[in-house]
Parts: sequence; C-alpha cells; structure tokens
Amino acid sequence: MTNPHPQNNNPEKESASSRRSLLTKLWVLLGIVALAELIGIVFAFLKPNPKKSSAADRAAIIVAGPVDTFQPGTVTAFVRGKFYLVRLEDGGFLALSRSCTHLGCTVPWVAKENKFICPCHSSEFDIRGEVISPPAPRALDLYQIIIENNVLKVDTNKRKKRSEFTAGQITYPKKT
Amino acid sequence: MNIIERIRLSIFPGAHKPAEEQKGQRKYFRSLLLHFRPRVVPERTLRFSLTWGLGGMAAVLVFLLFGTGLMLKFVYEPFPDRAYDSILHLQQNIPFGQLIRNIHHWSANGLLVIAFLHFLRVFFTGAFVAPRQFNWIIGLALFAAVILSNFTGYLLPWDQLAFWAITISSSMLEYIPGVGTWLQESVLGGPELGPTTISNFYAIHTAVLPALLLLIMPFHFWRIRKANGLVIPRLPDEETETLGEKVNTIPNLIVREVAVALVLLAVILVISMLFNAPLAAKANPGLSPNPTKAPWYFMGIQEMLLHFHPVFSLFIIPLMLVFGLLCIPYINYQSETAGVWFCSNRGRRMALIAVLTSIAATVTGILADELIIGSVLTGPPDIISSGLVPIVIVLAGCIGFYIFMKKRFGAANNEAVQTLFILLATAFLVLTIIGIWFRGTGMRLMWPW
Repeated sequence: MTNPHPQNNNPEKESASSRRSLLTKLWVLLGIVALAELIGIVFAFLKPNPKKSSAADRAAIIVAGPVDTFQPGTVTAFVRGKFYLVRLEDGGFLALSRSCTHLGCTVPWVAKENKFICPCHSSEFDIRGEVISPPAPRALDLYQIIIENNVLKVDTNKRKKRSEFTAGQITYPKKT
Repeated sequence: MNIIERIRLSIFPGAHKPAEEQKGQRKYFRSLLLHFRPRVVPERTLRFSLTWGLGGMAAVLVFLLFGTGLMLKFVYEPFPDRAYDSILHLQQNIPFGQLIRNIHHWSANGLLVIAFLHFLRVFFTGAFVAPRQFNWIIGLALFAAVILSNFTGYLLPWDQLAFWAITISSSMLEYIPGVGTWLQESVLGGPELGPTTISNFYAIHTAVLPALLLLIMPFHFWRIRKANGLVIPRLPDEETETLGEKVNTIPNLIVREVAVALVLLAVILVISMLFNAPLAAKANPGLSPNPTKAPWYFMGIQEMLLHFHPVFSLFIIPLMLVFGLLCIPYINYQSETAGVWFCSNRGRRMALIAVLTSIAATVTGILADELIIGSVLTGPPDIISSGLVPIVIVLAGCIGFYIFMKKRFGAANNEAVQTLFILLATAFLVLTIIGIWFRGTGMRLMWPW
C-alpha cells in the first residue's frame, strides 16, 4: 500500500480497510490468547508441587512411639518431623509445629519457665501453643495425630492453622 | 590487499582513507556509543554537583556484579546440602575466590546505597517532571529489581545469617491479606525453606533479574537521551531559558564518566581487600539465632512490624508509599523547579525543618511505644488498637504537617510535596538505622556499643 492513511471517500476502499482492521484485530486477539496460554503454562510450571508418591507420604508420617512412653505434662521434640509432641496433664496429646507464627523462627521449649519462647522477637507460647506474649498473632500450628493400637503417629503433611487453643484440638488415647 | 588488512577494514571501514578523513573512523566507533548519549550536551549538566556521578556509578556496579556473578556461577552449587560447602571451597581453595565474592558482596550492597542516593538526587533536583515523568517510573522498576536481586542473592550462601533472614522476610509475605499464604508458598516452593527455595532463588537471581536489568537499563538511558540529556542545573532565582553552551559529549562527558567509574572501581577493590563478605555457620533449621534480623535494607520494615499490626506494616503502609512514589511525577505542580536543588530557598528551609521534625517524631514514637504503650497492650496484636489507631495518628500527623508547612511558608505545592517526601523518607531511614544498630537480643532496644 502506498498511502497508509487513505483519506478519500471511496466506499470500496473503506470496506477493504475495515476488513484489514478486522484481520488486524483478530491477530491481536490471537496474540492475547497465546500470551494468556503462555502465562498459564508458566504458572502451572512454577506452582509448588511436592513429590506426590506413596513413599513420600509414608515418610511424612512420623511414628512417635507407644502412648505410655510420654509422661503427662511433658514436651518431646521431634527433629526429623519438625514438631513438638505435647502430653497435657490430663493425658491428651497435641503435635505443635516448631515454627513461630510471627515470622517463622524455630521456637525452643524452655522447660524451666514451662513455655515456648521465640528467640527472634520474644513471642511466648504456653504448653498448649497458645500465645502468652505478642507479637505472635496466632497459636502454634497443629499436626494431625493418629493413634493406632496404642502407638502414636503424627502426620506432618497436614499442618493446620488455628487462631487459638480449643479443647477440641486435643487427641486422647483410648481408655484401656 | 592481504587478508589481515581486509579484516581490519571490515572492522574499521574507512581506515584506508587519507589521514584528514581518518577522523571519520573514530567517529564510526563513537557513533555506537552515541546511541546511548546525545552528540552534544549542555555544558552545565557536566557539573559534578548535579549528579554526583550516581547514575553512572550504579551502572558500573551492575556490570561489576555481572562480571563477578558470572565467575561465582562456575563454582556455586544451588542445593541445600552443597551450597555452603561450595562457598567454603570458593573461599579456601580457589585463587582469588574470596576476593571475587567480596567484590560481588560489596558491589551489591553499594549498589543499593548508590541507587537510593540517585533516587534522592533525581527527586531533589526536580528531574521527574515532563519530559522525564516516565523515566521516574522506569527508575523505580530498576530499583525494585535491584532490591530483589539483593534479596534473592542473600539466601544463596545458605548460612545461618541467610537462612533466617530469608525465613523471616518471606514469612512477612504471609500477612498480605487474601493471597499471602499462596504468595509465600510460591516464593519458597513449599511451606518452608528447602531445596525448591534455593533453586527458585538461584534461577531468579542469576537469570530472571539480570535479564530484566539488561532490558530496562538501556531503556532508562535512552529516555535520558530523548529528554535531551540531564535536567539543567540552575540557581533558585535563575530563569529557565538560560540553557548555556553545548559541548561535545566526546570527550567532555565520557572522560568524566570514565573518571568516576575508575575511582569507584578502586574504592570497591580496596574495600574488598580489607573486609571479607560475612559467612556465618552452616544453616541449621532447628536453631534460630537471637536476634534474627532481616537483610539490612528491610530492617525499616521489620522495625515497623514491632509497632504496627502486620497487615498495616507489611501491606497497607508499603502499598501507600509505593503508590505515592508512582504518583510523584504526575501531580500538577504550581511552579517550575526542574534543575533547582530542593525547589527554592524556601524549599531548603522547609526541608531542614522536615528532617528535624521527622527524626524527633520517629524517635519519640518508637520510645513511647516501647516504654509506655507496649507495656499496656498485651496479647496478640489487635487490628484496631495496634493497626487502625496508630495509623490514623501517623496519617493525621503527616497531613497536619503538610497543611501547616504549606500555610506557614506560603509554599507552592512543589515545596509542600517535597517536605512530605522528606518527612517520610527520613522516618524510614530512622527506622532502618534503629533496626540495624539499636536492636539487640530479643529485639529489645539497646545501644550499639
């Protein structure tokens, strides 16, 4: 085309240019679709995707041991599973995540003061994981506890967030 | 013509011409350079006290970082169990390994400081009004890329310092309402730091961000050229029309740029020979050091986190600040102040008052929160008492200050906006300084000595 901006009123030419502009719009539309697909693929590719295998699932279930090995009122650290197994005075169990809910630091159990104290910003939690002292906004996360044949297991795949402690979160061993 | 001569001519066409035309050959070589530089520049923009060479320094540091980063890439292994050992290997067994790492480390930290100073220079000389509006936005994008580069690089040594700094900084993402958890897990590649995190960060640090920088930097430079070079410096009472004489870019500008680059290179080399880049013990996910601090350039945010509800200190306040920065070039200004340091003589007096007010107010606020309010409020942070109430007080203070200064000095909005900018920038600097040097064990206030 010699003149990219035709200014005459020839209807034939106008229809030709409107056909051309329609085609251009179609190309742009196709381009947008292609871009959307590309973005979708990139997102799907980058999505966090932990290895899904039955072996990995089994490895995530930590066998803590027979129920009776844990005395009431004690806290046992499991380094491999990154959690604390708490047995409350009434015999109930809680599996607490060791990550502070404030900014993710690892919270040590200070047995002398009977509480978890975060070294990063001095948040404090009681034995049930409940916040005693801020800046932590929520109680420590929970893992699911399974008791089979009086043997206690913790499923570290399932981490549950909670705002505060409620009695329903405690797992009790069957009375024998 | 022999083969060597033919090759020479293919590289330098016109080299066979007589001597008086030989200048053309050098011109040919120059013209490549001149794609990023105008052929002539106003003589006044050559003044060192206009730019302090900051933009050029930033560019030099980026290329220094590319060079040293490329070398490090041959040695570094991005896996949790091998990363730390590869750094040790680099430092102990590879000739000049420690020096290369030091240059990379100090250039990266220097780049943040230089880029920030460059940002202040551009703001205070009014070099963001038309036709430089969009280049301000490009500059902000570059600054974001520099911060992200620093942040992703911080994790790679996989020592205690890196591991916990990235743990707490990425946990900050979790507080963003709605998408927080998703964002955090996408960045880390899972609920906590692990092999996916290090490979994500490695890919972003060594490929994505360098590519972005290589694309955006020429764009930034080219826009300067399109704006006919730098903003022309002038005294507060000088007319805008007095452009002054123009001089050739080569050699006048280029020689100055090379001089700044060489001095900077020397300074970085000396620092890298004297001070080693820090390397703590190997990362131990079971043991958080006390205190655990974010990388130093995020300490202002971490300090804010101690005083405001996380949703405000990590989301609403940063969002408002970024929005404000993006708006700066698009405000309708009442007077023409491009090229005048701090707008005017009045602007300078207002700036000084803003700095002093901000230091006093920020320090008082932190002390009051630490000693009085903090001991009253206990329990988990509450969105009203530790979020809405303090933010309304701070906002009211800022708006009140803006109106008071505008009325008191009868200022144009250029000067008033600048005053507000200084108030906030100083507050952020004070927060950062307190966070870095005045916070000790358990993040309690203490003296740095």
